[in-house]
Amino acid sequence: MMKDDLLYYVFLPVLAVATLLIAWRFFKGPRLSDRVVALDLLITTGIGIIAVYSILADRPTFLDIAMILALIAFLTTVAFSYYLEKREGDD
Amino acid sequence: MTDWIILFLMATGVLFILLAAVGIVRMPDLYLRISVTTKAATLGTGLVLMATAWHFQDTAVTARILAIILFIFLTAPVGAHLIGRASYFVGVPMWRRSVIDQLEGRYEKRTHKLSGGQDTQNVIPPEKDGDPDMESPAS
Repeated sequence: MMKDDLLYYVFLPVLAVATLLIAWRFFKGPRLSDRVVALDLLITTGIGIIAVYSILADRPTFLDIAMILALIAFLTTVAFSYYLEKREGDD
Repeated sequence: MTDWIILFLMATGVLFILLAAVGIVRMPDLYLRISVTTKAATLGTGLVLMATAWHFQDTAVTARILAIILFIFLTAPVGAHLIGRASYFVGVPMWRRSVIDQLEGRYEKRTHKLSGGQDTQNVIPPEKDGDPDMESPAS
């Protein structure tokens, strides 16, 4: 089936490349804030990957995990920015 | 027909996510990175989730996906603003070719006190710290 082939051989690899690019920024930094932004974007891309995979597997149950990931992404960003402002200095 | 709509939505969404990934690698500055990634990734993920909703054609799944999209659309700008604000207070430098920093010299970072635009007597001098190559050259 053409749609599944396209999803499997085009869209998932493109999302994987995007994840690798974001992971490069996540490991490189240079600041903690860059890592927090990269982590947020990694989780958002993860939601996209889960959505594509739920089409491929034909199981809408996976979307629950996407919802939990969206919640966790917001929580981590809020917590990191809160404690970033609290502490002295930045590296 | 349904397949073509799914493929179109999915291709657009994946393209936007890829653009966000390229943007977070290529942009020179934390604030520009926040700006690029928040907008592009939010739109891309929303389109991918819309394609998923179109594939399943089910009320329960569509409601769940709409909840995810609404949640992302609500929280992404708030999170981006929070991390940008915290980074500005901590002193993350701007790109050296940034055009304007309207808060420079007007904001006491410790006490979060803002002196107004007319109030030129009490202008706080800009702090000179951070990386030397990220300093603004003409200020």
